Amino acid sequence: MSATGEQYTGEKSSGTVYERIQASPEFVDLRSRLRKFVFPMSAVFLLWYLAYVLLASYAPGFMSIKVIGNINVGLIFGLLQFISTFVITTIYVRYANRHLDPAAAALRERIEAEA
Amino acid sequence: MNVIAQQAPAPAPTAVGSVWLNVGIFLAFVALTLVFVYRASRTNKTASDYYAAGRSFTGPQNGVAISGDYLSAASFLGIAGAIAINGYDGFLYSIGFLVAWLVALLLVAELLRNTGKYTMGDVLAFRMRQRPVRAAAATSTLVVSFFYLLAQMAGAGGLIALLLQIPNSNRVGQSIVIAVVGILMIIYVLVGGMKGTTYVQMIKAVLLIAGAAVMTVWVLGLVSFNISTLLGDAAAASPKGDAVLNPGLQYGASPTAKIDFLSLGLALVLGTAGLPHILMRFYTVPTAKEARRSVVWAIWLIGLFYLFTLVLGYGAAAFVGAERITGAPGGVNSAAPLLAFELGGEILLALISAVAFATILAVVAGLTITASASFAHDVYANVIKHGETSPDDEVRVARRTALVIGAVAIVGGILVNGLNIAFLVALAFAVAASANLPTILYSLFWKRFNTTGALWSIYGGLLSCVLLIIFSPVVSGEKSVIFTTVDFHIFPLSNPGIVSIPLSFVLGIVGTYVGASRERVDPAKFAEMEVRSLTGAGSEKAISH
Repeated sequence: MSATGEQYTGEKSSGTVYERIQASPEFVDLRSRLRKFVFPMSAVFLLWYLAYVLLASYAPGFMSIKVIGNINVGLIFGLLQFISTFVITTIYVRYANRHLDPAAAALRERIEAEA
Repeated sequence: MNVIAQQAPAPAPTAVGSVWLNVGIFLAFVALTLVFVYRASRTNKTASDYYAAGRSFTGPQNGVAISGDYLSAASFLGIAGAIAINGYDGFLYSIGFLVAWLVALLLVAELLRNTGKYTMGDVLAFRMRQRPVRAAAATSTLVVSFFYLLAQMAGAGGLIALLLQIPNSNRVGQSIVIAVVGILMIIYVLVGGMKGTTYVQMIKAVLLIAGAAVMTVWVLGLVSFNISTLLGDAAAASPKGDAVLNPGLQYGASPTAKIDFLSLGLALVLGTAGLPHILMRFYTVPTAKEARRSVVWAIWLIGLFYLFTLVLGYGAAAFVGAERITGAPGGVNSAAPLLAFELGGEILLALISAVAFATILAVVAGLTITASASFAHDVYANVIKHGETSPDDEVRVARRTALVIGAVAIVGGILVNGLNIAFLVALAFAVAASANLPTILYSLFWKRFNTTGALWSIYGGLLSCVLLIIFSPVVSGEKSVIFTTVDFHIFPLSNPGIVSIPLSFVLGIVGTYVGASRERVDPAKFAEMEVRSLTGAGSEKAISH
């Protein structure tokens, strides 16, 4: 198992160790798990933030409706932005710990063993 | 209703608190941080030490330091003041500043940590032509840092007026204090490197968040922990009445103002993950997982802090009153310090003031080390010397650059002292969002992205941002803060983000297709970058002393 991978058996590709790993099903799986989480989640929080900004500028009447005492819809929506940020953060950390880190560690060990 | 104001006679607006107490507590902060900086200097040997603190900080430590780097004086004094005067619209800033961290968490921090070494240029140069891309990355880094630096230094004058009671008429006195701040910052950076700077930011973050927490609980205690009562008191005390609780006081005036607000919101949420001094902090931890933990810590701390500022802002509106705030020497920025005085008298005022001052120091030190690293590592080592230079040589250049940047910050700070250049911070965010973020995302996620695309996106975003600002109503015309006598504004918005950010994303795509005929994507290089970014294999390791 030399650094150039010439002696490496079982793989037809003659590319670098990184190219072989990139083509491996484990890596393809890791990449798709990362992208399937971060892209939709980014779209969700950006749209939710934009919706909030647009409501604040174009629907001030709605945002000014008082719900509990002097606490209005705008303040509640604003605080919900905080809560959604904290929640997304927590969900991502749990997802990464469970579904990304073990696969990444296994691939890293494979690369370091080969290199 | 106005509990405190009845007990204490309203102090004269120009003389609040004791100068010697303010100075004393600030000096105690300086002494404490200098001890840490000196201790850090003993392990400052290699380039990795100077730029990235030997990658030896833990996630939580780095998270605290990130909040120290991010929560600038504008965040603390500016947002509390904006809420006290303009109510709800001030709150909108803090939401943008916080939500922005999700971009960093989900898309940037970990992948960047795995592929780069010291600067943003490292990531972009990974699979592209080194010299042009590094030069472009360094240019946008220096522009963002310069604008951010000037804005921080300009704010120092107002703070000095408030805390040291050196009036704005005494330009020489204020200039001397600005110079002292600048020199202190240079000492931190030169002696302590990234490790020393990190300690300064950590100590400052703890003091700032603790101080804000104490004041928040205090304010809430006065209203029996009933938020609704606090809001009611703030509205009753405000000359604008109930309007301070609703959106639109600052940005709702005209259709242009509404689009302007959207533009600002976009720049805030997309700018954070492109701010070079924030990106550089991800290199100070040993692994991508620690980079993730640092962002998580930063999100919780920054989020909590902005919740505190909401209470402090409305608290200042209720217990200090808009009239006294705008009449004070520091204007809107004095809301939080005046509230501190109202609550805890001279001692709390001195504590909060010293922390506010320390804030400028810590943020400016972070900016200086980032700008000097980018110049030494990207421009000097890789563009000028073609990568053939020793790390020691590079660090020597970085230190000299830090000295030059420090001098520029002092001179610039003295020149712009008193000018309202808060728009420079918004501009720095807009430049970061348009020049940096698209290229970072494309190079991490898009295989075909190439040098031409990167250059078009960086320079296109940078130029469009700066040009639109020059021709905006902030720079010239009746409502401007710089040239009121001439009017050459042709762009209606004061924040360019809504135009320049999409433009830069599009330019990155167009440039990539234009360049594709001349430049072939190297599949091996892309494979290395993608595999490394996701697995952390071959990434820069921590060093231990």
